[in-house]
Amino acid sequence: MDFSIYDLTSFDQGIDKCLYENLTPFWATVVEMTLIGLIFLIFYALVALFLIYAERKVCAFMQNRVGPNRVGPYGIFQLIADFIKLMLKEIIPIKNADKFLFNLAPFIVVIASFMAMAAIPFAKGLHAIDFDIGILYVVAVSSMGVIGVLLAGWSSNNKYSLIGAMRSGAMIVSYELSVGLSLLTVVILAGTMQFSAIVEGQANGWFIFKGHLPAVIAFIIYLIAGTAEANRGPFDLAEAESELTAGYHTEYSGIKFALFYMCEYMNMFIVASIAATVFLGGWMPLHISGWEGFNHVMDFIPPFLWYLGKTFALVWVIMWFKWTFPRLRIDQVLTLEWKYLLPINLVNILIMAFIVLMGWHF
Amino acid sequence: MKEDINPPVRNIEEEYHINIGPQHPSTHGVLRLVASLKGETVTSLKPHCGYIHRGIEKMCEKDTYPQVIHLTDRMDYLSAHINNHVVCLLVEKALEVDVPERVQYIRTIMDELTRIASHQLWWGCFGMDMGGQTCLLYGMRDREKILDAFEESCGSRLLHSYYTPGGLMKDIHPNFQKKVKDFIKYFRKKIHDYDCILTGNVIMQERTKGVGILTKEEAIDYGVTGPTGRASGFSCDVRKRYPYGVYDRVGFKEILGTKGDTFERYMMRMLEMRESMNIIEQLIDNIPAGDYTAKMKAVLKLPAGEYYQRVESARGELGVYVVSDGNKSPYRMKFRSPNFSNLSALDHICRGFKIADLIAISGSLDFVIPDIDR
Amino acid sequence: MDNATLKERISGLVPDAEYQESKQFLTFIIPLDKMHGLALKLKQEADLAFDYLFCLTAVDRNDFFEVVYHLESTTLKHQLELKVRTADRDHVAVDTVCDVWGTAEFHEREAYDLMGITFNNHPDLRRIFLDESWKGHPLRKDYVDEVNIIEL
Repeated sequence: MDFSIYDLTSFDQGIDKCLYENLTPFWATVVEMTLIGLIFLIFYALVALFLIYAERKVCAFMQNRVGPNRVGPYGIFQLIADFIKLMLKEIIPIKNADKFLFNLAPFIVVIASFMAMAAIPFAKGLHAIDFDIGILYVVAVSSMGVIGVLLAGWSSNNKYSLIGAMRSGAMIVSYELSVGLSLLTVVILAGTMQFSAIVEGQANGWFIFKGHLPAVIAFIIYLIAGTAEANRGPFDLAEAESELTAGYHTEYSGIKFALFYMCEYMNMFIVASIAATVFLGGWMPLHISGWEGFNHVMDFIPPFLWYLGKTFALVWVIMWFKWTFPRLRIDQVLTLEWKYLLPINLVNILIMAFIVLMGWHF
Repeated sequence: MKEDINPPVRNIEEEYHINIGPQHPSTHGVLRLVASLKGETVTSLKPHCGYIHRGIEKMCEKDTYPQVIHLTDRMDYLSAHINNHVVCLLVEKALEVDVPERVQYIRTIMDELTRIASHQLWWGCFGMDMGGQTCLLYGMRDREKILDAFEESCGSRLLHSYYTPGGLMKDIHPNFQKKVKDFIKYFRKKIHDYDCILTGNVIMQERTKGVGILTKEEAIDYGVTGPTGRASGFSCDVRKRYPYGVYDRVGFKEILGTKGDTFERYMMRMLEMRESMNIIEQLIDNIPAGDYTAKMKAVLKLPAGEYYQRVESARGELGVYVVSDGNKSPYRMKFRSPNFSNLSALDHICRGFKIADLIAISGSLDFVIPDIDR
Repeated sequence: MDNATLKERISGLVPDAEYQESKQFLTFIIPLDKMHGLALKLKQEADLAFDYLFCLTAVDRNDFFEVVYHLESTTLKHQLELKVRTADRDHVAVDTVCDVWGTAEFHEREAYDLMGITFNNHPDLRRIFLDESWKGHPLRKDYVDEVNIIEL
């Protein structure tokens, strides 16, 4: 297949070559890193803002409301106004809090989600780092976020925060397993852990279709576990507004709260984009083998749009969960993971391995 | 899942206390619950009330009977009509006034509408306590229709003070009957949505079934009435036991449960909304013509003596005890508010359950804090 | 049980109980020291079975205080009003009934808080609405509070 019109690889390499020709290798690397860092920072902020806006609109839609509609057309500048407000807000110092850890916690959470974003392929050639162990990297890095949550809860010197953090710790550590194992199912199918290779492998059909039922099961488990991983409803026990007021970030205010808030949305975005990449072909257009004309038309939609479309569709599903389901209780959350998801997942991996071994997949 | 909490932690230093309230999203007001925890399991609970105590009983001693009605609105503000009703009934009983038929019909309809509106708001809040925030908006949306109907007739939406001793402030608005009928038609469809979004939800059922069990004996012992008491099988519906208004002339079932858990309490209210709609449907087309108030004296003086009147409010049995010395204001007025007695059972119900269950249980008891504190 | 039989039954249990004419309930004034024993019997004996205390309140009668109990049997459907009078305004201790009816615990705390009646053997007799530092008991007729209560 030919995606050359939207292939950004030559563009990346052009910049890379140009930098290395004009600068010493050290400075070229520095400039590259700064550039990528800046681009990601801006992208991160924009996506977070958009997601918060989207969530408010989606939630309003589900609740028979209008949502933000005063600042700008359709309220699109509401988030900017909120953001400015949060930036300017006083940061309330907490008495008897562990100052260092208290200040550190939001940054750990942000860094974890920021690092996870680096490995996600946005389009062909639009990829910060293409590890050959990309999936392992993402799983490892995104689980770092829980350290920030635990620190936030511990250092706040608040009982609500502590309970919220402990719940979150217990939950995320458990659900890491399901996330990892459901991704492993696809790794068996794809035969690689490299994101770019996984996406290339889906050129003639997405893995969710190629892997028969086990892939669908893995996808559903991933969505459930990913929702839990992102601390989103119905697994929002760490925040549990009606029980713990705001859970682990009860004591945070101003920009530090904004960081936690933004991270929640970014984690959701990362969960959705990994699901889109691994199961739904990432930036790969929808191809149906045999339908050449159809495939050709699909190829004209830029890969970046494909990627965003799939990701936001999944984000919408995760939002839908939150605004429909009541919250689970901590023991039910753990029961769900250890007694249901994990055994199903293990059996699922076996079945998938068997299918791949016999060559029954498409 | 009830955990065995014996032996309780003896050392007070080792106990982990958590303050829920007075400012907390799920106490629905300013109630403070001090929970002792072992892990996440509640070992004991101390309710602290009084944050919104306004001394209504003391104020009543200075007011005339018609003035007292305006204070009763402020107790259980979600069933304001019913609170008005209890004082009106008491004064009418003491003065032996014959209330016109029309008034009794309208009062019964208003009471039932209040009950539906109150249960709608409860449903929304309960959903929110469980973490399903969409419920609140659904409940609010449908409650609005009732409040609109109230607004036309009573002139206000929440604190109506519509009943006066002997009758009503004003006759119902010509649109009232149509609005109520439209609402019932509308709400019969919408209550199905309620079941779809919350009742049938697996998570909700898992979280409420078998949680917070109150047996019938305990319910009677603690004086737990209303849907909460009926969920335990305590047949405590004042509308059936001591009918007032025109309840003795309409056919309706007293909803009774058996298990007494949170889910049963939830179902009681869901079924009661349907039952209230049945009552209204039987009455709305048959409101007899006549005066909207009986002829009353300008100054109402109750003969010296003691009076007790009870009605079924949306939360349980509301009683008012009046000691009169023959003056225009009561010598002593005591409100037996349903929430106050229901609150006393909370500690007993929630022991051994998790914090999340505590929130669900206190949601299912449907507290209105001003009614506890008065 | 109808009121006439009930009246005889109560008089049999507590001979010095004073019957009081009342329109609505069968009313008795019970001597202070007999109340707790009577309460136990009212709850336990099968033909009385007063298991539901639906109201407990206190009234300031100027010379003394009166604690009023409204009882009902959920099985036998009869009602009873009992009153206990304190000797004067200074000796205000009444035996608790919260070991008989659980709901009395909160109602007695309320009576203690607002009317200043102390209940012997009450497990947790603290103020329920007002702050612990509050002086006086607001529902007493001789209570004066120039700050919070505006006389019209």
